[in-house]
Amino acid sequence: MLQPLEGSQAIAHAVALCRPQVVAAYPITPQTHIVENISKLVADGQFECEFVSVESEFSAASVVLGAAMAGSRAYTASASQGIFLMYEVLFNISGLRVPLVMTCANRAVSSPLSIWNDQQDSMSVRDAGWIQLYCADNQEAVDATVQAFRIAERCELPVMVCMDGFTLTHTLEGIDIPEQNQVDNFLPPYHFSRTLDPKNPISVGTLISPDFYSEARHSHHQALLQAQDEIIAADRDWAKVVGRESGGLLTIEGDPDAKVAILSIGSVIGTLRASLEHFAPTTPVKLIKLRSFRPFPVKALMTICQGLTDLIVLERAISPGSAGGIVGLEVLAALTKMENTPRIHNVAAGLGGRDIPLDIVPRLLNILTAENYQEFSIFDVELDRLPPEDR
Amino acid sequence: MIEIRIHGRGGQGNVVAAYLLGIAAFEVGQYGQAFPNFGAERRGAPVTAFVRIADHPIRRRNQINAPAFLIIQDQALLHVPGVLDGLLPGGGILVNSSLTTEELSQQMQRDVIAIPAAILAKQILGRPVPNTALLAAFLTLTELLPQDSLSKALSRRFKGETLAKNLQLIQQAASQVPTGIWKEVSHATAA
Repeated sequence: MLQPLEGSQAIAHAVALCRPQVVAAYPITPQTHIVENISKLVADGQFECEFVSVESEFSAASVVLGAAMAGSRAYTASASQGIFLMYEVLFNISGLRVPLVMTCANRAVSSPLSIWNDQQDSMSVRDAGWIQLYCADNQEAVDATVQAFRIAERCELPVMVCMDGFTLTHTLEGIDIPEQNQVDNFLPPYHFSRTLDPKNPISVGTLISPDFYSEARHSHHQALLQAQDEIIAADRDWAKVVGRESGGLLTIEGDPDAKVAILSIGSVIGTLRASLEHFAPTTPVKLIKLRSFRPFPVKALMTICQGLTDLIVLERAISPGSAGGIVGLEVLAALTKMENTPRIHNVAAGLGGRDIPLDIVPRLLNILTAENYQEFSIFDVELDRLPPEDR
Repeated sequence: MIEIRIHGRGGQGNVVAAYLLGIAAFEVGQYGQAFPNFGAERRGAPVTAFVRIADHPIRRRNQINAPAFLIIQDQALLHVPGVLDGLLPGGGILVNSSLTTEELSQQMQRDVIAIPAAILAKQILGRPVPNTALLAAFLTLTELLPQDSLSKALSRRFKGETLAKNLQLIQQAASQVPTGIWKEVSHATAA
């Protein structure tokens, strides 16, 4: 049913509909309202689960790992420093090939301390071996949450559903919350193939000698790559239930003849769409919405980038000291395999909650006509506020 | 699309006001988007929230820099830099104030509408929380949404005595300002 809800409230409802038996989380801005609302649903008797209040994110991740190994469907949520405190456990979860779902309410990282939104937190754990899906709006976040459990369970991999902190978590809008029977049909009760059982003892997470470690890593890598099919299938099948798609691995929209495209990730897609509509630039522009960052859809991206001369990659995090952005480098690496690789212009915007304005598209397009080609830049950075050596 | 910016102080129900307006829009089949100016809010500090109302899906998520209307929950905020910034020409400013509209307009040297929202709230709710009274007055001035939509929004958020008293409060507040004098502004900006 369509309801006017705060993003976090909607996520709490969506999680409850997925019937995880165990939820463990530690509150952190801007994820707090998700945990609060889940806790309230449990207290009000509307959501039956073991809600474990823990003393840190390290424990939150450890509790859900244990719960999943014991055969439960389990869920957690965090952000920023909380994700970092989970860092070690994140690798354990994925390395053990445990199905889990976590919401990352994307936030900047310290230092300097910022509670505001960018995507440095989830981007910094991109190599942790989790699937990462990025949501453009709250409806997508709700739908991705339901899909994430199915993907996780079918692939035996953890899934991180990334939704922009505040911009989505704290925004009230009309959001369709699916019916319980729709979710139940989509997500039947789950049995984990390697559930720890004293009657059939197995060892997990043991020391692995150099003879086997490479194989374990290869197999993890392959599992992530193959998860692309399940991500597409989950979105397609869920669309049959609710009548809307979230965009599989990635989607492209806009003028089909355009030679220029803007690729982005997360909730800035909404402002980009509005900007394109409002300013109707004379240069035709396509918009690419990247939903799956892990696995990274190399082939799908190469296909939709055919015929482009310029591709602007707008992202919400950086890799200091590298060629620039994180998504930008990934896109560049993928597209070098093309015959005619488009020129890639990488821009990081909205860092630490800096507002991404409505005139973002015309301002991005200015890059194309700039005298000097700039591989990477930070949008809206005011260099005169910095000491000369940092400019 | 109408854009509204709400200024208040932490504890005055600024975000709740924005959410209630967003819900009210939803209640009459409009699209509403409401969000706080994100921050580590604390009681008494100046805070801001934003509302967009449209008859089509709202895609943009940038902050509102050029609102058609300002709702100010504390008249002292009128003197805080930035609070009045960006108001569209002809846009309306609604202020919770113990002064009359004439007195406050003269003091500010510009047209504002004043309503003693906190005083009314103190009388009816027992607490000087001006947000719901301001919303009711805002809907009377703009006729943007029917008063009934605000009652429905309140019913989603509150129960029992709090709800009953708020419904009484908004009914009283709604009749304290002239009807429809900002209607033209909301029509003009909706284009």
